[in-house]
Amino acid sequence: MRHLLPLPVALPLLGAALLVATGRRLPRIAVEIAGFVVSGGTAALTLVLLLDSAPTMTEWVGAWPPAGRESVGILVVGDGPALGMATLASLLTLAALAYSWRYFDAPPHGHTGAFTALMLVFQGAMCGFALAGDLFNAFVFFELMSVVAYALTGYRIDEAKAVQGALTFGIVNSLGAYALLLGIALLYARTGELAMARIGHGLDATGPGGPDALVLASFVLVLTGLLVKAAAVPFHFWLPDAHAVAPTPVCMLLSGVMVELGAYGVWRVYGTVFAGPGGIPAADLTRALVALGALTAVTGAVMCWYQRHIKRLLAYSTVAHTGLFLVGLGVLTPEADGGVALYLLGHAGVKAALFACAGALLDRFGSVDEHSLHGRGRPLRATGVMCAVGALGLAGLPPFGTALGKAVTEEAVGGPLTVVYVAASAITAGAVLRVTARVFLGLGPRPRDAEYETSGSDEEPETTGLLSRIPDTMTTVPAVLLAAALAVGVVPGFGTLVARSVARAGPGGAHAAAHWTAHGVLLGVASAVLAVALAGLAVIRPDWTSAPGWAAPLRRLQSGHVGDYVAWLLVGTTVLGALALPGVLGS
Amino acid sequence: MHVLPYLVAAYLFLTGCYGLATSRNLIHAVGCLAVCQSATYVLLLAVGYRDGGTAPVFSDIRPGSRPVVDPVVQALTLTDIVVGATVTALLLALVLQIAKRHGTVDPDELRELRG
Amino acid sequence: MNRLRLWLLAVGGAGLAVLLVAACLDLPDFGGDRHPYGDRAVHASLLRHTANTVASVNFDQRAYDTLGEMSILFAAVLGCVVLLRQARDEHRAPPEPAEVARPVRRYALLVLPVALVTGLYVIAHGQLSPGGGFQGGVVAATALHLLYLGADYGALERVRPLGLYETTDALAVSAYLVLGLAPVLAGTAFLANTLLPYGTFDTLSSGGTVPLLNAAIGMEVASAAVVLLAHFLDQAVEIEEEHGS
Repeated sequence: MRHLLPLPVALPLLGAALLVATGRRLPRIAVEIAGFVVSGGTAALTLVLLLDSAPTMTEWVGAWPPAGRESVGILVVGDGPALGMATLASLLTLAALAYSWRYFDAPPHGHTGAFTALMLVFQGAMCGFALAGDLFNAFVFFELMSVVAYALTGYRIDEAKAVQGALTFGIVNSLGAYALLLGIALLYARTGELAMARIGHGLDATGPGGPDALVLASFVLVLTGLLVKAAAVPFHFWLPDAHAVAPTPVCMLLSGVMVELGAYGVWRVYGTVFAGPGGIPAADLTRALVALGALTAVTGAVMCWYQRHIKRLLAYSTVAHTGLFLVGLGVLTPEADGGVALYLLGHAGVKAALFACAGALLDRFGSVDEHSLHGRGRPLRATGVMCAVGALGLAGLPPFGTALGKAVTEEAVGGPLTVVYVAASAITAGAVLRVTARVFLGLGPRPRDAEYETSGSDEEPETTGLLSRIPDTMTTVPAVLLAAALAVGVVPGFGTLVARSVARAGPGGAHAAAHWTAHGVLLGVASAVLAVALAGLAVIRPDWTSAPGWAAPLRRLQSGHVGDYVAWLLVGTTVLGALALPGVLGS
Repeated sequence: MHVLPYLVAAYLFLTGCYGLATSRNLIHAVGCLAVCQSATYVLLLAVGYRDGGTAPVFSDIRPGSRPVVDPVVQALTLTDIVVGATVTALLLALVLQIAKRHGTVDPDELRELRG
Repeated sequence: MNRLRLWLLAVGGAGLAVLLVAACLDLPDFGGDRHPYGDRAVHASLLRHTANTVASVNFDQRAYDTLGEMSILFAAVLGCVVLLRQARDEHRAPPEPAEVARPVRRYALLVLPVALVTGLYVIAHGQLSPGGGFQGGVVAATALHLLYLGADYGALERVRPLGLYETTDALAVSAYLVLGLAPVLAGTAFLANTLLPYGTFDTLSSGGTVPLLNAAIGMEVASAAVVLLAHFLDQAVEIEEEHGS
């Protein structure tokens, strides 16, 4: 069984290569069926491997079993979280392919399979990153994931916004990746190893009395790369620019799982490389992640509220939620890790469904602008209902998976940070509800335009021409995704299963469970009520909730200028270094 | 000075970042990104160097007769170079399309995405 | 220049500079003797009769990294095909024949076969001498483009049926993957170099699957580079914006 572990990477890549080789001769329908079969087959394989992931499967690719404790091969790790992320990525790819089924804009002439092949490579890359047990190998798949994502983001070359967003995405993420590689080189210089666990041992063995400047620098550089991907403040600026312009099926993957893989990478790398006595003390990681995570959640939520471009609004909500994930991972308890895993699963379903609804608007009206679509969404009843349900899921209304995950995480994090969880989820959900009320019900007056903002009108639809009716695939896919997000919270025992498998993979192999508690349900309901109240207020009294003066500077920071984003990235590394410094000085 | 090559890598990375942040031309910016990346080549190769070492290729030297430099970092650098070349190509393709759609390659004049 | 950006750059750059310099001072001295992974890699390479240790690392010990690397190239080519396609408001104009200075033409046509053979040689001897699929592939692809310098774009297009190169690129990727999957079918690990004999040290057939993977990469890189350059050249030479739009 363990020999099959690298196959979730190899199969989609093989499928993509064969599609490109034969694509020009095949009709479109055959290409899409082939993509569907390969993606689905891989998803089934990851699922089978996931069910077999206790105890943890490991595989030395190239059959280089370690002689003693040392090997020259590459380690692939198949534990619960790794295979869970691979499964999530595969299932979402499958959903995205189903969503783009037949209606997505005609592929370039003579390259019928190009879009499907890129999606399959993306799937393989995400699986590869999730399963990596070797730091350099993780970098390789990190880059593969990025390269495909840049190409897919700029897919609509006729759109001025799309190519700009894709370039910003490309430059900032590549710079982050090079920082990650510098960090890997420093770790290699110190320990002479590349497998994550071996690097961790090496740090513990060579660090004479705790971490020094080299360990700190490598920690900061590696985390910079991963946090750029996870879009933590102040590394987050690329995300709204990229996610707002990418084609909808791609957005589903970017927001649903790729950004979360950055957070997963932080969890994996800290736990395996830096958690030992020669690494970065737990208190420092907690300080760094909780501070940056809370800041990310607040910034994302505030910016989300003031958007009128619907996909950009959803992108900021992803920023806010990854902030919440990072806070949860930062407290370093098995309960919080399990809660974050559940939250992440629920969020992936809800967010992908919401993007799918936004895509339906785009293809029907050629606009994703809250103001210009005012009331025009009335005929799309199913999409409107799903938008509202998705918003409640985003708020964490029980019994959604998001609610269970959020409740477990809140309980583990505890204290005043609970406020951040409730507020961020309520504000982002309120923004989505506000859009739903205005677009699909036409409630309230048409809001006034602000001065410094991105409008979502006059966009090219992603289909060949505007749709006269929404095809069934475009309503079925979000419905299935929402049902999946619901199932995460409803299916009895699923929560505990996830929590246990995450805890088993974490340090100490502790036991953990995830149950609904009265406290958690109450907070979830409170978030949802707050979201509805905010949306209602915004719709009835737009002036009360329009951008106040203090929010303007925050909005001006999102300037669309890649130079600004690079400068912020450097500030981010400095802040990370400063946050983790006490532990190094103290040792 | 036994750490000079490492300091060169640090210098290259920071210079590249400076160029990226202050660039007035996106093609120049993509070039600066390549400078940042060359920092990783320098660091990797410097880390793998061994005094008096030769290339780790044994077609014309007897194994064990001479010290060789670390072959692993060389393989990593090769991977890194391929990554760099492809990313540069892809980003330049995007710059080309930006020039067509926006009529400029000056990042100060791109005003589509903000707020 | 934006004041805020300069301040951010100064603060962030200074912080990162301090961090990097401090890390450099803690690194082992340049040229040190401790390279545990490197020593193991040399040992493993000799065990499997591969004279070029770097090739052994690339195509045997860490062949999985090379799989990712190859996929990055493949994805970038696919990405460029998509990004540099003809937009809705553009059309193709046939390239005009160009005048080439006689010495340039003579030199280019003279060097072309030499460069091509050099490229193929470097690919073929990847496991023996410095070089390999990546390096040789780029040389071979560049050789073809001497035709553009020596003659004109039309001449290059005649020896460059793009569809064929794109298919070759994809088939080379498939070949690498199939070579990797064969050991799994035989009941061992993905990309294991255990099915073929390791041959005599320092000969063309040594190293088990290393020469095969190396050849697949050479094929992939050569055709990928051709396709990549073709799309950029198309943009420069052939694709024009519609007039009046």
